[in-house]
Amino acid sequence: MLNPAPVPRDPAATSRLLLTLLAVALLWPGLRLSELDLNVLVDGSNADTMGSFVSAFWPPEHGSEFLALLWQATLETLAIATAGMTLALAIAIPCALLATRALSLSALSRGGRPAWWTHALRWPVRGLLIVLRSIPEIVWALLFVRAVGLGPTAGVLAIAITYAGMLGKVYAEIFESVDPLPARALLGGGASRLQAFLYGVLPQATGEMLSYSVYRWECAIRASVVMGFVGAGGLGQQMDLSMRMFAGGEVASMLLTFLALVLLADLLSRLLRWRFA
Amino acid sequence: MNNLQTTQTPDHAAAHGPALRLAGVDHTHAGGQLALRGIDLAVAPGERVAIIGPSGAGKTTLLRLLATALKPASGEVELLGQRPWSLTAGARQRLRTRIGLIHQAPPLPPRQRVITAVLAGRLGQWSLAKSLLSLIYPLDRQGAADALGRLDLADKLYMRCDQLSGGQLQRVGIARMLYQGADLILADEPVSAMDPVLASHTLGLLNREAQRRNATLLASLHAVELALEHFPRIVGVRDGRILFDKPAAAVGQDELTALYANEQLGRPPASAPAPRVQLNIPRC
Repeated sequence: MLNPAPVPRDPAATSRLLLTLLAVALLWPGLRLSELDLNVLVDGSNADTMGSFVSAFWPPEHGSEFLALLWQATLETLAIATAGMTLALAIAIPCALLATRALSLSALSRGGRPAWWTHALRWPVRGLLIVLRSIPEIVWALLFVRAVGLGPTAGVLAIAITYAGMLGKVYAEIFESVDPLPARALLGGGASRLQAFLYGVLPQATGEMLSYSVYRWECAIRASVVMGFVGAGGLGQQMDLSMRMFAGGEVASMLLTFLALVLLADLLSRLLRWRFA
Repeated sequence: MNNLQTTQTPDHAAAHGPALRLAGVDHTHAGGQLALRGIDLAVAPGERVAIIGPSGAGKTTLLRLLATALKPASGEVELLGQRPWSLTAGARQRLRTRIGLIHQAPPLPPRQRVITAVLAGRLGQWSLAKSLLSLIYPLDRQGAADALGRLDLADKLYMRCDQLSGGQLQRVGIARMLYQGADLILADEPVSAMDPVLASHTLGLLNREAQRRNATLLASLHAVELALEHFPRIVGVRDGRILFDKPAAAVGQDELTALYANEQLGRPPASAPAPRVQLNIPRC
């Protein structure tokens, strides 16, 4: 009587165990295919090379001549990211407006479902956005470095094209995710699609759009650095040079600059979201 | 006034035909449920009609059909002398600028300011450049303030829509329609979230506005006595059909009893009038 009744086993345990085993079984071929071998990290000579490289990180380089160079490169990186984002926005916003179903006139009298032929007209725009974002920016950068030569122009164009594809897709989805009734009511009162967008969709979408755009701007800063390695200017190009010269202190200073830039983007995003959402 | 109207209405009707005409209109909901069947209705310019009937009778569907927000499955729809569904999309949008639909729960973006929400009533008449400019700096502040002032909301001009109560939002929706200056005013339960005094005052205002501009007014109402008090013509809808369509003075108790038969649980509507104050339950 004092003995408590045996508590039944967790009925979910078996399925959880099976799912874990399945996940491991799926990950294992991935590790094999990528030829991941952690032993090379602790292998004698490799560890020494890395150790001497990393130990050279301290102290970070802070000579006035280098700092001037770093400042110049940072400004260039910010300029590449910002100019790239601006161009991307100029492409993405019209594409998002064309691709979204939120502004369909034919959906108005069909309970929100657009007619099939207007749907078919949206597909080429969606296809364009897919093409733009499916090719990585580094590939575009390599292409443009050959076309327009070494320098920031290639980076700006590469960011503009890839990010237009990403922003356009996400904006179109944000427009579709907000409450459609305000825009539908305006369309029903004779407003044009752009007017319905401005007065019905935009007030609801601003916060999310700003937040995502600032995040993308942050990504563009990182991307512009990566593209610097292939000669597209900015901090990346400087870092590539410093690494080739095994100047660890300079690399450390540049990494700290990165940290500051990302922190700045984060602060800006929080400020905008606090104001608009 | 009455005399003037009776001499004026046939004149108007001869020149422009009825303000709206439905002939043999059927509509089926997406689920396959028949919402309206065999609706015949003609309303002359300047007429003011109340649509009453139990919940789910098809009042909202009827108004949405008249607002060209729904295309009927079959039958003819003629609004302000035009057949919206044989027009091009552009011409239909121009026709829609002359039709104002007041929603039971006005669909306004929560972060939008009241002044912007009211000014949006004239988007159909404004160019894109003007609407863009007005979004940055409200151009017709006086117009918006006048429309809101008539609904006792002048002090809410620069407030955000999510700071207002349900009844205040309904009045913002009405102010938008006043500002639009529509020729055909459709109102779906326009006063459902207001207290009795405010509801009566607002319906009076809508009726005066329609009379002043010789606009046609159709409003669906839950409160029978408000309908009888403010509107000259009453249309009773039940189960997707028009049960009766007659002057307010000729509507008898037996007809009201038949209209609300199940809902009133056997009691005649006179002793248990439909409640004037109702919860604001958004239906769409």
